[in-house]
Amino acid sequence: MTQLALVIDLNVCVGCHACVTSCKQWNTSGPAGFMSDDNPYDKDPNGTFFNRVQSFEIGEFPKTEMVHFPKSCLHCEDPPCVPVCPTGASYKREEDGIVLVDYDKCIGCKYCSWACPYGARELDEHQKVMKKCTLCVDRIYDETLPEAERKPACVLACPTSARLFGDVHDPDSQVSTAIREEGGYALMPEWGTKPANHYLPRRKQHIKIHEDELIRADNPLKKEGVKPRTIIDEPTLDDITSW
Amino acid sequence: MHPAFSVIFLTTLIGAGQGLFLALVTGQSYAAVGLVNVTNPNEFYTYGSIVAILFLIAGLGASFFHLGRPERAWRSAARWRTSWLSREVIVLPIFMSMVFAYGLLHYFNWDPNILGAEQPLQGQLSLFIGIIGAVVCFALFLSTGMIYACMKFLQEWYTPLTVINYTLLGSASGFMLATLHAAIYEPGLTSLYGVWATIITLVALLTRLASLYRNARIKYKSSMQSAIGVRHNNIDQKAMGMMGGSFNTREFFHGASPFWFRSIRWTFLIMTFPVPLAFLWAGLETGIQVFLLLAFISQYLGLIAERWFFFAQANHPQNIYYQAI
Repeated sequence: MTQLALVIDLNVCVGCHACVTSCKQWNTSGPAGFMSDDNPYDKDPNGTFFNRVQSFEIGEFPKTEMVHFPKSCLHCEDPPCVPVCPTGASYKREEDGIVLVDYDKCIGCKYCSWACPYGARELDEHQKVMKKCTLCVDRIYDETLPEAERKPACVLACPTSARLFGDVHDPDSQVSTAIREEGGYALMPEWGTKPANHYLPRRKQHIKIHEDELIRADNPLKKEGVKPRTIIDEPTLDDITSW
Repeated sequence: MHPAFSVIFLTTLIGAGQGLFLALVTGQSYAAVGLVNVTNPNEFYTYGSIVAILFLIAGLGASFFHLGRPERAWRSAARWRTSWLSREVIVLPIFMSMVFAYGLLHYFNWDPNILGAEQPLQGQLSLFIGIIGAVVCFALFLSTGMIYACMKFLQEWYTPLTVINYTLLGSASGFMLATLHAAIYEPGLTSLYGVWATIITLVALLTRLASLYRNARIKYKSSMQSAIGVRHNNIDQKAMGMMGGSFNTREFFHGASPFWFRSIRWTFLIMTFPVPLAFLWAGLETGIQVFLLLAFISQYLGLIAERWFFFAQANHPQNIYYQAI
């Protein structure tokens, strides 16, 4: 079974919000209709977004570190938002595990947003239906695009390649390797939702150097001690031989 | 959570309607075995059913204001296998039609003895429909309560007390209303309903206090650490990703000041329990119907405050992500 997902590397995310804007641009222009954006450059801006970048300061001054945290729907393997939907508008696709909302069936009762512990769903103020990240389902299967571009808009936009996209059920995929080898984790594991999206933690790039690696035990120079000096009186090799 | 008045009115209004219907069936059951004597059953049960249906219709009407797309509301009956909301959407009209049928049987006095004998039970068909209606009524209380009680990460709601409180508080207000109804149409039953209203209100007070006690001691499973997956005791949000607010900041925060929040709790504790009981006692003692009306109104207002508090008190784990602009 396929489970498409994002893996977000908090070690390289710089919090530039490029994923937020590219997501909004792609998804507001798609066939599913616009995403509300009221007063975008004015007082009280208000709009629907599938993806947000939040910033957290970890530690105590001066030993602090900023963690930029992109947050979107995690496409849970056991999504609590799906069974509570009274109309069946909210569903999880069998073939690739993407959790989607059928905007034509949604009645806007907001019950699914209550059932999501991550706050990944937003009610569109104008269309009055629930909206959420689609993993750019209208893009990743679009064969008119070059194969390299069949990825979610946020993944393509990320300047530091902090976002990886792939099948987390395929053990050899880039995302599975990253989760396995770089300590990928899920958010709020306590609720048993099994999020498909994973995050890679901050990692310190330390190299462990031992003392004996700095000083070679078998250094020939050190073994011979003081380098033998050339005796000036004696003839050199050139003096006693002739060709 | 942000308390939505549409849902507050939905749950309190249908609760009162359900309770009133339960009271009517209780009265008829007592009368059927000869414990009480209903002198004017036609008027009493018919008008009672009409009032109950009006409450149910008002509640159903309020619920539509909660929907973004009310014209598609019919779709919500689709997922009854998994969704308690869908189950409520199915059970509510079934219950309304049961109340309608119950009222109709009494209005036309069409009450054959389907068990075949006149003794020992009188009015067998309407009693039969009434008892089935009562079962559906409890199914509706269960569905309404489970909508909230089934969500495990809303820890304030994830308890059987949620369903118990919805059932008891709805029944209490319904019996309170039935006392007034009996005082007008069937004075012989006033004290019966008055006693039941008192008992149910007192039991509801105990279970509501139990849930307040439980919720004051909740240990939240989610934390900032589990929310972003950083194991550090000192995490301070600096930006939530937007400055003008969003659905996440509007829907999941009640926005009331701590003082207002606390006063609503005291308001509902006083208005739902001691005040109506005092009015009820005064009404039963003096026989003045206005006291009984005041008892119901004060309890209903108290229940609106109670429901507001019920929603506001629930702490959604997504709020962890929205600590600071």
